[in-house]
Amino acid sequence: MTPLLSVRDIRKTYGAHIGCTDVSFDLFPGEVMGIVGESGSGKSTLLNCLAGHIAADSGQVIFDTRAEGPQDTLTMSEPARRMLGRTDWAFVHQHARDGLRMGVSAGGNVGERLMAVGARNYGDIRHQAIDWLGRVEIAEDRIDDRPTTFSGGMQQRLQIARNLVTGPRLVFMDEPTGGLDVSVQARLLDLLRSLVRDLGLSAIIVTHDLAVVRLLADRLMVMKSGHVVETGLTDQVLDDPQHAYTQLLVSSILQV
Amino acid sequence: MSDYNFAYLDEQTKRMIRRAILKGLAIPGYQVPFASREMPMPYGWGTGGVQVTAATLVPDDCLKVIDQGADDTTNAVSIRKFFENTASVGTTTQTAEASVIQTRHRIPEEALREDQILVYQVPIPEPLRFLEPRETETRKMHALEEYGLMHVKLYEDIARHGHIATSYAYPVKIEDRYVMDPSPIPKFDNPKMEMAAIQLFGAGREQRIYALPPYTKVVSLDFDDHPFEASKAPHPCALCGATGSYLDEVITDDAGGRMFVCSDTDYCETRRAQGHVGATQTEEAA
Amino acid sequence: MYVAVKGGERAIDNAHAWLAEERRGDQDVAELSIAQIREQLSLAVNRVMAEGSLYDPDLAALAIKQARGDLIEAIFLIRAYRTTLPRFGSSKPVETGAMRCERRISATFKDLPGGQVLGPTFDYTHRLLDFKLAAEGVAPEVPERPAAEGPVPHVAEFLNREGLIETAPAEDTPPPDLTRAPLEFPAERALRLQALTRADEGFSLGLAYSTQRGYARNHAFVGELRIGQVDVAMEVPELGFAIDIGEITLTECETVNQFKGSRTEPPQFTRGYGLVFGQSERKSISMALVDRALRWEELGEDNVGAPAQDTEFVLAHGDNIQATGFLEHIKLPHYVDFQSELELVRKLRREAGAAPMQEAAE
Repeated sequence: MTPLLSVRDIRKTYGAHIGCTDVSFDLFPGEVMGIVGESGSGKSTLLNCLAGHIAADSGQVIFDTRAEGPQDTLTMSEPARRMLGRTDWAFVHQHARDGLRMGVSAGGNVGERLMAVGARNYGDIRHQAIDWLGRVEIAEDRIDDRPTTFSGGMQQRLQIARNLVTGPRLVFMDEPTGGLDVSVQARLLDLLRSLVRDLGLSAIIVTHDLAVVRLLADRLMVMKSGHVVETGLTDQVLDDPQHAYTQLLVSSILQV
Repeated sequence: MSDYNFAYLDEQTKRMIRRAILKGLAIPGYQVPFASREMPMPYGWGTGGVQVTAATLVPDDCLKVIDQGADDTTNAVSIRKFFENTASVGTTTQTAEASVIQTRHRIPEEALREDQILVYQVPIPEPLRFLEPRETETRKMHALEEYGLMHVKLYEDIARHGHIATSYAYPVKIEDRYVMDPSPIPKFDNPKMEMAAIQLFGAGREQRIYALPPYTKVVSLDFDDHPFEASKAPHPCALCGATGSYLDEVITDDAGGRMFVCSDTDYCETRRAQGHVGATQTEEAA
Repeated sequence: MYVAVKGGERAIDNAHAWLAEERRGDQDVAELSIAQIREQLSLAVNRVMAEGSLYDPDLAALAIKQARGDLIEAIFLIRAYRTTLPRFGSSKPVETGAMRCERRISATFKDLPGGQVLGPTFDYTHRLLDFKLAAEGVAPEVPERPAAEGPVPHVAEFLNREGLIETAPAEDTPPPDLTRAPLEFPAERALRLQALTRADEGFSLGLAYSTQRGYARNHAFVGELRIGQVDVAMEVPELGFAIDIGEITLTECETVNQFKGSRTEPPQFTRGYGLVFGQSERKSISMALVDRALRWEELGEDNVGAPAQDTEFVLAHGDNIQATGFLEHIKLPHYVDFQSELELVRKLRREAGAAPMQEAAE
């Protein structure tokens, strides 16, 4: 089977400081990969390199495109990469306001990606927006309200709807539950889990919260100081950590 | 004013502007940056149009200048005078007689011909500007044809008002490629843009020129189920009785009295000379 | 009966005549001469030259007279005149190190080679209206001494000797020309400085002030402010060497700003730079602060989203001729666009009014 995403030797440095280095892995269709580590471990740098938000110094990010098969997205032309960014890829930011247009209604936010790929029927766009708001548990009568009037949890759910409406094949998520209250986190996690399962999404989720990956991720990559220190099936890594740092991470959670 | 070159600008500058115009004609709807000069009238008062006209005029041209459709508005008078003084070209108020027409905010009612050039004064050439203030970003959006945001704006209008609430400077797509600002003409004029004449757009302060060759495809942005509509006040002209022309509303007294008359003054006068009569005239006669 | 308004042409002619009369004012009061403006309103003349980008005190004085003292209008007259002038060539870079200073102060050193020269400044005057000036003012006797010999070295050079301040590598590529090529972004520093030196004084001042109040604060000290005359030399192809073609007065400000560095790179002070025609102190200091704020990217600083850090924002809005033209153009008739808005609002109001009634009917 061809991997959906094949990452080879990604390296990014900031002057003398290593952002991340020697990162390689494959992601297969329908698989969810979790990247965990404490803040400063390089996990967000890695995610942004993979999604093309920051330029990696070296390496390859090969994506199995619909039209032309596996392509290195780092050397792809900018138009092609941006096209990918609004069709087959989606990016869920930690802070919903980075991923939403705060001055545009909820319906407009969800509809934007549809219009960007050519949807020109107002009724259809609105219909799809209502459908997606429902799927992320936002009431239909909020469709014309701006996200500024939404709670933090609703904003995050709206961001997810906006990202998933075009049926992306790969979703990048950067701490999707970060910054939310614990009760709100639980509800969002539950929602994410059912979406991932129902849609068969492939995703890469960066988080410092092991509970998130326990619920969502098939496989896990543990990062420390820019390096991958351990990889494996989620349950395996969490239940029987091999690397001392992973053991520390897991035990610090258990102690709580 | 004999100290100045023909049509004010020096030949070097005119060549530079002509190159921009030709590039604009070659890529319809694309905004060509040009080194706009300081003109002896203020930025925002038609310096872009004036520079394009200056670079376009030849001595046997006949120039017409309109503002809001009228030849006699002060800024139109001022610009016409400028070219009378600096280029000594013939001027006219009759649309059919003119070879070059400089306009602000209107397209003449009478259909233009292949041997005519229509020059628009443009305040803000960037149709995406009020959605994205950054020039580096909007240029990228044009280059990559990322126009989703434009439709988000129209979507929001319909969601809020039930209609697309843009009534002038209504964005158009040129030859299925570039989204273009038609300058602040009323949307009533948009369908006229598919015309026989050459259309040139000059934005002096923003340093941009763009152009439409004759018979270029110009489509006003809309949704399939909310199609574009060219609208105007639902009245005939009170002076000439025309029903298909764009109308100005004139307040006639302080008791709410008002009347609607053609904004294109030449069109209205020509019709009246031909014997067409509007409601006011008939009442007076009676 | 209604007739469309006619007579725009006559109205314009009459307005111009009235304007000329108002400009002259009361005929019993003596008329201002160009020389009087040039000599007695010299700071206004300097501002017009600086923002008009044309060094000619007589023309600037004429523009001020013609503009009835409206300096932005005067700058506009100068710009419109300047753009028609043929360009014979460009000068060699002026040597501000060889400036014949009439004022030169440093806020960073108490005393320094070349000395602190206060010069003709308002700085320590008490701002009390001087009613003696309302009567015939006779200039007081000014004590004189011979000017110090030799060039006055730049303060930054002293710091540079210890490697304490960043150095700009020498550059021989001709700078871009804002008046001959459309402004495009990203704009390099030479282009930014060009735009800043002719930017509106008030705009520059406001931006610079905002950096001091925390919108991209960069801790500026006036390393040096100098005002004086420099020679302008031009290479004449037929001669094969440069000759002096004149002398101009300039104000130069170099700020010494917060340092950068890291564990591996030793910290150094950074610089902001201002250079303006004539005696234009406020403007040159403002320019140096804004220049420094715009350099955040090359110096590896954070973009805190401050207006003074935003090159597009600063350069697109600093030109007062562009700004005033566009601002005032809203005086022009807009009744065509307004009419289409009227139609739309009426239609939307009709529908909004009809909807509740319809609901009630159902």
